[in-house]
Amino acid sequence: MSEIVATGEHAVGDSDREADERLAVLAEQVLETASRLGASSAETAVSRSQGFSATVRLGEVETIEHNRDKSLVVTVYFGQKTGSASTSDFDAAAIEDTVRAACTIAKFTAEDDCAGLADADRLATEIIDLDLEHPWDISVEQAIEMAKECEDTARGYDARISNSEGATVNTHRGSEVYANTNGFVGVASGTRHSASCAVVGELQGNMQRDYWYTSARDYHDLESMASVGRTAAQRTVGRLGARKVKTTQCPVLYEAPVAASLLSHFIGAVRGGALYRKASFLLDHIGKPVFAEDITVSEYPHLPKAVGSASFDGEGVATRTRDIVKAGVLKSYVLDSYSARKLGMDTTGNAGGVRNLCIKPGDLQFEELIRTMGTGLLVTELIGAGVNNVTGDYSRGVAGYWVEGGEIRHPVEEVTIAGNLKDLFRHIVEVGADVDTRGNYRSGSILIDRVTVAGE
Amino acid sequence: MSQILEFAQSRILEPTGLGQPDLDKLFSKLSGRDVDYADVYFQYARQEAWALEEGKVKSGSHSIEQGVGIRAVSGEKTGFAYSDELGLPALVQAAGAARAIAAQGQDKSVNLSPRVGREYPMLYSTTDPLSTLGDEDKVRLLERVEQEARQRDPRVAEVMASLVSVHDVVLVAGHDGRLVADIRPLVRLNVSVIVTEGDRREQGSAGGGGRYGLDYFTGDLVREYAHEAVRQALVNLDAKDAPAGSMTVVLGPGWPGVLLHEAIGHGLEGDFNRKGTSAFSGRIGEKVATEQCTVVDDGTLPNRRGSLSVDDEGTQTQQTVLIENGILKGYMQDTHNARLMGVESTGNGRRESYAHLPMPRMTNTYMLAGSHDPGEILGSVDKGIYAVNFSGGQVDITSGKFVFSASEAYMVERGQVTHPVRGAMLIGNGPDVLTRVSMVGNDLELDTGVGTCGKEGQQVPVGVGQPTMRIDGLTVGGVDV
Repeated sequence: MSEIVATGEHAVGDSDREADERLAVLAEQVLETASRLGASSAETAVSRSQGFSATVRLGEVETIEHNRDKSLVVTVYFGQKTGSASTSDFDAAAIEDTVRAACTIAKFTAEDDCAGLADADRLATEIIDLDLEHPWDISVEQAIEMAKECEDTARGYDARISNSEGATVNTHRGSEVYANTNGFVGVASGTRHSASCAVVGELQGNMQRDYWYTSARDYHDLESMASVGRTAAQRTVGRLGARKVKTTQCPVLYEAPVAASLLSHFIGAVRGGALYRKASFLLDHIGKPVFAEDITVSEYPHLPKAVGSASFDGEGVATRTRDIVKAGVLKSYVLDSYSARKLGMDTTGNAGGVRNLCIKPGDLQFEELIRTMGTGLLVTELIGAGVNNVTGDYSRGVAGYWVEGGEIRHPVEEVTIAGNLKDLFRHIVEVGADVDTRGNYRSGSILIDRVTVAGE
Repeated sequence: MSQILEFAQSRILEPTGLGQPDLDKLFSKLSGRDVDYADVYFQYARQEAWALEEGKVKSGSHSIEQGVGIRAVSGEKTGFAYSDELGLPALVQAAGAARAIAAQGQDKSVNLSPRVGREYPMLYSTTDPLSTLGDEDKVRLLERVEQEARQRDPRVAEVMASLVSVHDVVLVAGHDGRLVADIRPLVRLNVSVIVTEGDRREQGSAGGGGRYGLDYFTGDLVREYAHEAVRQALVNLDAKDAPAGSMTVVLGPGWPGVLLHEAIGHGLEGDFNRKGTSAFSGRIGEKVATEQCTVVDDGTLPNRRGSLSVDDEGTQTQQTVLIENGILKGYMQDTHNARLMGVESTGNGRRESYAHLPMPRMTNTYMLAGSHDPGEILGSVDKGIYAVNFSGGQVDITSGKFVFSASEAYMVERGQVTHPVRGAMLIGNGPDVLTRVSMVGNDLELDTGVGTCGKEGQQVPVGVGQPTMRIDGLTVGGVDV
């Protein structure tokens, strides 16, 4: 494979810096065009990203994908009327056409009192160094070798591992410039690298698949390839022989990687868009208990090296560390400028979502949580989007393990868990110390004392 | 059809100055003794979306996506690169990156097949749907949705509606000499309402579309969608907790065919079966359903959301029989997996865009009508659930376990529909769920054109359909034990 040359970035060299600067120049150009076409204000996000991924399956290279993307999005305001447009073509003519398209749309949209840029006094004034940029000097051949090591470890782990969906190593750098006509220009750039592995096991003619992945801004922080492969294999083998359980009500322990989904359902109900549309089961809950009383949920947008970290949000507003839930009580919503104006409140710097949302971990490790649960269902996988954001009704397909006497007894599949999220949040009895830090929502394993499990 | 090819060439190639000799140059760069197949996929897509809430069309957006995806295949290996620049230097660079997959093969001159435009029957109009209605009329159409919904019932508290139109021009050039173009319109109108009564709030949604112009959304159809969304939301105001456990389930016609998409369809896609990772792998010829069940995937239905005149590899679409009278008949294939399995592509090679690799995907997947009257089917149920609307589903292809999430369902007791129940997940096992189908209705319906399927991060529009169907024993994920 000696002729392969990685097109990914090798170091944050001049070429990256120069390219980022070009994005800023383009952003200026977009704003000038908007002004020239009569817009009273405008904002734009111009981004580029580049990287590659190498996938190995059954010891052979399966796919090499080179990624190189760019995009430009512009929103124009004519007083309180707005229009947006985007393009992947950065030619001057294409940019002009794109801004014109946004202006045309703005002619037909309705006046909206709340439309407009973020208030100037909320814009970020300093860009904090969040240590997000760690280019990985890796060739395609090296990535292939790493993926092979990962998959080989998984396949060699247990005789019951019968097949593989492969292992993938991915590296990526992205940068985005956000600018608006209130004078804000900010650059956010960062790298992200990952490795994943998925294998298939077989027992008495029945197959199971599971996977594991590692992901980090800095490749030094990735789990070892052998560890990823081993965990993928362990998870797959653990599922062999899964069966249904009887329909019952019992405690449920969400393993950390799936526990984070509960946080995302919570955020779905306290974000501005859902609130002003009254499409939330947590309307008018500020100051009221929404979780069990020892639960704290906080946003940490300035964590070094974290996946969600950012100095400013999607409209240039300074992000800040804060508690959203304290002692179980809802302290704050999750708002951008538009939804804040709709609700008569202030933006919380959440245009584009929350950044590094964490539920405060408790003291118990995973094994201790299983013992604490005693008898119940350990959930390791959730499927299907069975969440009603208006009512809080919750019903999802799960796979996991039946636990009795504080010990795992057998794998479980083809069952559902259901309840209302309001109740589930109030009935959290433990949050584990085993926090999964790979994603934007960070949680330890979560134990809920009573949930309906439907099976046989 | 040659007009389509001319249009695609003038839309995509001419502005960049790319001509036939450049394509030849690109393919000589992509060729070599180890390369089994290579293709170049050009795309120019425009999308426009308008959204209404609080009685006003507050926002609209327009996007242009254009680029080229270049793929070289050697045995089971695929090299892929794409570019949003269409100039020859960018293409040659991408071709070099894609080509590198075929180990150590030296470039050598190969006889390329002459590039010939192929012709196919067209399943939809070539008219750009964005231009089929003036901007002001698009706004009025959404305002009309709001009026129709509010007039229907005073309990309607919020109305949200969106109108999306896409004009997608694609041009595929293959290593085997194929040169195929397709011009694909796609429109979609979606309505979502929230109703309130006392302190209870519920939502309902409806909509549809297909490969049409925006004139598809007549006043009658707009009213129908608005009323349907309100009806669903009102039904849910009276819903009680859903039961939990295994029971008889009757699925209504049309969109509940999402069951087939999840339980059967994905597991019959060629890639999983070539790799042996599907619960259906190696089971062709086996009985996987009762005799009443015949399931097809059909990309040839005119104007349907899931239809394509040709797939994203330039292969004409077809009707593929997946299950015939209960017997597993075939898989859905793209060229790559078909070649490795020694069969022909079934025209199911699809990709989200030029920046994604094609893979076997469904088009319109549905079960043919049976002989039972729907009333007779409901009447036969002693105790169970009647589910008529769903919000979506998901499947674990390897274990075969699938879920689909009911958004409108009722209890059935002694043959009578009694009261509505809250949304609940249904969960089952793909390879055996159809062996429990005891009655198939004579009322085949296709969905209204709302489905989008996600696989490995790629989204493509699809259709589903089925007649009313009785399944003896499926787990219902309610809360009421």
